[in-house]
Amino acid sequence: MAIEVRIPTILRTYTDGAKQVEGTGSTLGELLADLDRKHGGLRDRLVDDGGLRRFVNVYLNDEDVRFLAGLDTPVKDGDTVTVLPAVAGGVL
Amino acid sequence: MLTIPKDLRDKIVTHARADHPDEACGVLAGPSGTDRPERFIPMTNAARSPTFYEFDSTEQFRVWKEMDERDEEPVVIYHSHTATEAYPSRTDISYANEPGAHYVLVSTRDPTIAEFRSYRIHENEVTEEPVTVVE
Repeated sequence: MAIEVRIPTILRTYTDGAKQVEGTGSTLGELLADLDRKHGGLRDRLVDDGGLRRFVNVYLNDEDVRFLAGLDTPVKDGDTVTVLPAVAGGVL
Repeated sequence: MLTIPKDLRDKIVTHARADHPDEACGVLAGPSGTDRPERFIPMTNAARSPTFYEFDSTEQFRVWKEMDERDEEPVVIYHSHTATEAYPSRTDISYANEPGAHYVLVSTRDPTIAEFRSYRIHENEVTEEPVTVVE
């Protein structure tokens, strides 16, 4: 068993085109570190020094992890993590 | 080129007018691989701002999941500019993360004439494209 991670189109260059990858870890932060070992560069697109990047949404099952514990959110086998780029913009 | 049914074009303009002076935003979904917008999905602008728009993240998850289940894609991602022209701003360009989508901009700065324009945005490159409205 592992944690399934759904990757949006824009980030599939890091996963050889795969729509879904698997990883392990006990928190979201550990899971992303594990993914980065197999898919180098992916983590940097999701996380910066301050935690999750502002315009990337990460969901554990169907909940935005910002409403949980961010990178410290506990994850377990059988969970699904979904990454979606935020849709945003402005005139400035 | 973006080919869009007239009723969907009108729904976008109506949404943009209704939310004016705040920016309005949403999606037209269509069957994967067809490039054909068919389903109008107005989204909440979580920023509720005249100068910024952002999809509500929980609503976005639900809508994206539904599109996935129906084998659809976001064919069009639209938003309005309420005081400036219908051209992508620097911010619009840097946050454009759907390389396959048509980015539609509507300007509601003129109360009678709505500017309706479409762009491809990929790796910080903006290309305007013609819009064909069909019945």
